[in-house]
Amino acid sequence: MRAMLQRVFALVVKELLALLRDPASRAVLIGPPIIQLIVFGYAATFELKHVPFVVYNQDQGQLSRELVARFAGAPSFDLLSPVHSQEAIERAINDKSALMALDIGPNFSADLERGQPAHVQIILDGRDSNTAAIAMGYVQSIVTQFNREQFLRHGAKPPTTVLLDRAWFNPNLDSRWFIVPGICGILTLLVSMLTTGLSVAREREMGTFDQLLVTPMPPAEILLGKALPGFLVGTAEGSLIIFMAVFWFHVPFTGSLLGLYIGLLCFLFSSVGIGLMISSLAVTQQQGLLGVFLFMVPAIVLSGFATPIANMPPAVQYITLLDPLRYFLIILRGSFLEGGGIALFGPQYWPLLTIGVICMIIAGSLFRKRIG
Amino acid sequence: MNRMRIKGLIRKEAYEILRDPSSIAIAFVLPLVLLLIFGYGVSLDARSIAIAEVVDQPTYLTASFLAELEHSPWFSPTLYPDQASAERAMMRGRAQAILWLRSDFTRRALSSGESPIHLTVNGVDANQARIIQNYVNGTWQAWLQQQATLQGQPLAVPVVADVRIWFNPALTSREYLIPGLIAIIMTLIGALLTALVVAREWERGTMEGIMVTPVAKTEILLGKLVPYFVMGMGGMMMSTAMAVFLFHVPLRGSLTVLVGTSALFLLTALGMGLAISVLARSQFVAAMVAIVATFLPAFILSGFLFDIRSMPRVIQILTHIVAARYFVATLQTSFLAGDIRSVILPNVLGLAVLCAVFLGLSVLRFRKRLD
Repeated sequence: MRAMLQRVFALVVKELLALLRDPASRAVLIGPPIIQLIVFGYAATFELKHVPFVVYNQDQGQLSRELVARFAGAPSFDLLSPVHSQEAIERAINDKSALMALDIGPNFSADLERGQPAHVQIILDGRDSNTAAIAMGYVQSIVTQFNREQFLRHGAKPPTTVLLDRAWFNPNLDSRWFIVPGICGILTLLVSMLTTGLSVAREREMGTFDQLLVTPMPPAEILLGKALPGFLVGTAEGSLIIFMAVFWFHVPFTGSLLGLYIGLLCFLFSSVGIGLMISSLAVTQQQGLLGVFLFMVPAIVLSGFATPIANMPPAVQYITLLDPLRYFLIILRGSFLEGGGIALFGPQYWPLLTIGVICMIIAGSLFRKRIG
Repeated sequence: MNRMRIKGLIRKEAYEILRDPSSIAIAFVLPLVLLLIFGYGVSLDARSIAIAEVVDQPTYLTASFLAELEHSPWFSPTLYPDQASAERAMMRGRAQAILWLRSDFTRRALSSGESPIHLTVNGVDANQARIIQNYVNGTWQAWLQQQATLQGQPLAVPVVADVRIWFNPALTSREYLIPGLIAIIMTLIGALLTALVVAREWERGTMEGIMVTPVAKTEILLGKLVPYFVMGMGGMMMSTAMAVFLFHVPLRGSLTVLVGTSALFLLTALGMGLAISVLARSQFVAAMVAIVATFLPAFILSGFLFDIRSMPRVIQILTHIVAARYFVATLQTSFLAGDIRSVILPNVLGLAVLCAVFLGLSVLRFRKRLD
């Protein structure tokens, strides 16, 4: 037992040295994840700010100016200088100087005064359709609010019902609270791929892996020695990233730290397992790199990081069950926003452990088979 | 530059490609797999939103409102006996929103009006929460309108917003996501193909063999670039064909502009890979840089999913060094709008500058020396 620990310890030290001794690889491992957390944390938001729009107002009345003022006053929209023809609207949208255009006909105020529905045409650039869809929601709420005031002004009977909405866990619907924990998950995945995805492939290509295999170490010990550095670096960087999410981005942390750390360890277990499996399947580093991307890109896209899993077709939803990041994101968001703890995360822990065990077994059994 | 020498180097690189088929896989299998997963998997169109309904006192009025929700294609509602059980369902993730009609709902609606309908959404995913609020709001307004018509006094809505969405009237998310995805996939392909090619020769010691020959360093780099450029364009053509024929994304611009911008972008992406390879010198470091510097910046900073104008000013400036940013803009315009010069030209200029920087960096930092 003692000898085994000594052997594994020696291998872990060697692996950490291989990873951290070279200043370039040390810099890549530590710098970018932290820089990316900050840059992406600020960049990735679904709130619209300063979306430019133009207005073609043919109406002389007061009410159309009031409506335009509502749009111009909203922090999401920036009013550009007014345009005077439909062609100008077309130009502004086509060359992307404006995302939205308001086209108000000559009878707008008159229609409103007479109690007739007054139409305003709103044109959105569908090339940025995500932005267009969000902008459309903003437009609806500005118009609804405007209409409500018109009702009251004319002393009309108020509608029979009102819709009162509120949101749990994130009352102001700040999308950063949703995105930043997601970025924590992605960057932890990135770090574990960096430490393990190429480690076996590199030794294979250099020929040092054969030397390792002729030592008295059984494959299980080699596996342990290769996996532990990924764990150590992953836990350290994961903690730092989570720490920054709380203290830099001020995302509220409402759940249990223990629940999150168990989740982090389970997640690292599965992602380190996958990284080692990719790495031992590969004969060259080029193949290892390809494998890392073939896993990492779908894992991020299908994790529910930016697009909800519920929107995916059922067949793809089943594929996401294989994605460790999917479970970790639920744990991260649960512990940050929903006040979740160990009890709630049970259904997320065991798939992570299962994925990890299977991948570790495959990786270990590939060590010997792929010689020559 | 000597034609024969470059030809020889290209041939050598081609043998290298054939020997380790992983680069062929990068050019053709990677886009195939990613485009299939992305094309079918990524969607922002919410559907069958699980919504929990709690009705304290069922009447004909509550029934007619619930029926409106039931008939909407967006929702799959479930009735819960009380608020507590609905809240438990939302905690467990079985419901994304709760709709609550209190016991005095009908009485207030018929007397004073403005009877509240309580909608609580799970706000963790703020974007999705807002979409759900908008859908419920739309359904509620349609119901109000219908109720008023039934009572013979149609509701005169003061201002009606006729929203038209150009280039993608139905706002099908696939139509705008696919062009953006092609840009991201091409970023990966370009960088992956070349990220290791120079570092590999240093590491294996074969660079020494090339050094003793009379070839110039630009010739060596050109010999590295040409074969991968041909493969990358093959991958690009395949992706375009998949977008048009499999996902039915309209291609409104000309093929010439599409091919031209793609070629320029691919050159930029390959140049980035080459620069990584030249600067890193070891395959391991080059691979790490490629993992860190390609996918995530292209995914988050290219404007394909997150609106660049809404980012803080400093980050907006930073997006200018992400090549995918320019390609996302030209691709979305080429596919959905057509050849609009005022969009294509500035982006082509941006790409050309980046391309020159990456290739220039590779040439400058590539030393034909052993040290």
